[in-house]
Amino acid sequence: MAEKAKAKAKTGSRSKTGGQPEYVQLLTPEGDRVEHPEYSVSFTDDELRSLYRDLVTVRRLDAEATALQRQGELGLWAGLLGQEAAQVGAGRALRPQDMAFPTYREHGVLYTRGIDPIMPFGLFRGVDQGAWDPNEFKFNMYTIVIGAQTLHAAGYAMGIQNDGAVGDDNGEAVIAFFGDGASSQGDVNESMVFAAAYNSPIVFFCQNNQYAISEPVARQTRVPLYQRAQGFGFPGIRVDGNDVLAVYAVTKAAMDNARRGNGPTMIEAYTYRMAPHTTSDDPTRYRQSAEVEEWKAKDPIARLGAYLNNQGLADETFLADVEKQAGVEAVSLRERVLSLPNPAPESMFDHVYAGGSHHLDAQRAEFVAYEATFEGGAH
Amino acid sequence: MAAETLTLAKALNNGLRKAMEDDPKVVLMGEDIGKLGGVFRITDGLQKDFGENRVIDTPLAESGIVGTAIGLAIRGYRPVVEIQFDGFVYPAYDQIVSQLAKMHYRSRGKLKLPVVIRIPFGGGIGAVEHHSESPEAYFAHTAGLKVVSCSNPADAYWMIQEAIASDDPIVFMEPKRRYYEKASVDLSVKPGSLFTSAVLREGSDATIVAYGPMVKVALESAAAAEEDGRSIEVIDMRSLSPVDYAPIFASVRKTGRLVVVHEASKNLGIGAEVSARVTEECFYSLEAPVQRVTGYDIPYPASRVEEEFLPDLDRVLDAVDKSFGW
Ligand SMILES: Cc1ncc(C[n+]2csc(CCOP(=O)(O)OP(=O)(O)O)c2C)c(N)n1
Repeated sequence: MAEKAKAKAKTGSRSKTGGQPEYVQLLTPEGDRVEHPEYSVSFTDDELRSLYRDLVTVRRLDAEATALQRQGELGLWAGLLGQEAAQVGAGRALRPQDMAFPTYREHGVLYTRGIDPIMPFGLFRGVDQGAWDPNEFKFNMYTIVIGAQTLHAAGYAMGIQNDGAVGDDNGEAVIAFFGDGASSQGDVNESMVFAAAYNSPIVFFCQNNQYAISEPVARQTRVPLYQRAQGFGFPGIRVDGNDVLAVYAVTKAAMDNARRGNGPTMIEAYTYRMAPHTTSDDPTRYRQSAEVEEWKAKDPIARLGAYLNNQGLADETFLADVEKQAGVEAVSLRERVLSLPNPAPESMFDHVYAGGSHHLDAQRAEFVAYEATFEGGAH
Repeated sequence: MAAETLTLAKALNNGLRKAMEDDPKVVLMGEDIGKLGGVFRITDGLQKDFGENRVIDTPLAESGIVGTAIGLAIRGYRPVVEIQFDGFVYPAYDQIVSQLAKMHYRSRGKLKLPVVIRIPFGGGIGAVEHHSESPEAYFAHTAGLKVVSCSNPADAYWMIQEAIASDDPIVFMEPKRRYYEKASVDLSVKPGSLFTSAVLREGSDATIVAYGPMVKVALESAAAAEEDGRSIEVIDMRSLSPVDYAPIFASVRKTGRLVVVHEASKNLGIGAEVSARVTEECFYSLEAPVQRVTGYDIPYPASRVEEEFLPDLDRVLDAVDKSFGW
């Protein structure tokens, strides 16, 4: 049955992946460029180098965040180690007018949108809950409740359509990120129903990192996730999520397709979460280190590095500079995280309502008066 | 006899194990409850001992978990559902409020729904949003659901067993910030009645009523008040719906002053109901209006200000002072 579904789905895939269904790949784990009948990229040497720089930088910033959490400076961190190519590839494929709806892990997408990487740190440090304007950055706030953002994305896409902002190469499109675990949520399935019903300009980008905390993807699905799209009535495609070139190509094609008015696509970026689910997690309880080792060999950064090296595009000076600059960004990030101000306690009463509330004003006044009784004293 | 020092988490684990041993129809369901033992390890080791059919790692879908638990219950099972964190129960809200709560009534008693929904709740652990909420009033407001909350390891051990034994759906609120606090638990104890409040400390000048994570704060406040020469009675509600009012009324008739404490917001919280009932039943005994010490009427705030949001000893003592100053 799975075979039949595969034959029907417009996958355009070819590479065999060791018992797994096929996926689009343009760069092998060894760093060899392979051709694909439908997907290609034509990056300049500089662009290839800057892709590499992004991959290295987001990994370096992620490591810094993990260290900050270990040192007690963040309450939690949801790392992206291993998923750099999926995120950088997808993020770089977006146009400025496109809108992204992230989960809580899309720090790499955020970075490639040109957003200051410190933006989500308020949430993880516990000084705010996002606090940025999604419309200013074309990047919604992080959503922790699994899958909820996919509906917001579908609704935003409906708005684009109603505004007549689709139909040509300059149209707008939406990308909704979610995980393999999230694919089980009603919200995610409903968002696909809505997107299909209105043929909305949206790309569903699932990072299948093989786990939802401890649960392997097999608990969520019996068919490869991308094949679900077919049942909703739009194409699904699996891409090697550790191949930044392929992710870019597939995402760009899907986004362009959407912006031209041709409706949704689901992309399954097949990747692996190399780190714990979050800093609170202990993966040794549920997965074997051999599996992790196996995926290490498919590292997204190493393969682009190997390719650049083979092509003579990356010499020692370049590589050293990439490392150095990433380090500089990480140090700057660290310093700025450490100086994020704690919120003033009474500010917790702000912004509950756009139109205010006299009830809450009174409660706030009571709170301020109460706090004042501790002035100078121990509290 | 068989007393052991256990954390609240381990006491729940023992209680679940006992219930599973006693009744093969008891099944556990939830996200990451198998190999991982749940993110709080409440089900640690249970899948290993009872198998994957009785400790069920579910797909990631709360509506699905509770909805299928209902189906299993119709089939004769006694499902115990774990919701990973308070803030993730809402996708299951329809299944809990419109389905689970109403089926016994709709079937005119022909269908029993012995489903337990365990929810680690409350704040104070420095978590990111959706991990620190207190949604108990939503459920207590719903006819057909019973809502209970344990505050200590000894109660946790027998209360979870009684909840599982109940033929009614029970929302079982677990004070997550107390999970790793220890106390002596008598494992041979016969379960008490689930829907009873307990006087944990006797006193004559004022009464503090609390439940779940705030019981400890209430007890500490009472101890501190004693130093000021005030004798405070502390009552652990344990059951939020139905409420066992008799000990509360008796206490208020004795002390004349009542302070109700909970983390949940004030507006239409459990404290509002307790206050109304005490006012109705003990009006002439009250020396002062009932005081409520609660979370504020805002979304649970960022963790760096949660200390200011959460009721603590100072705020409880302040409310006690207000009561005396009336
Ligand atoms: C509705 C809801 N249920 C449970 C959780 C707790 N939780 C946080 S992340 C997670 C696993 C998500 O897995 P997946 O969708 O595969 O994304 P990943 O974290 O692997 O990127 C769970 C169960 C949640 N945040 N929201």
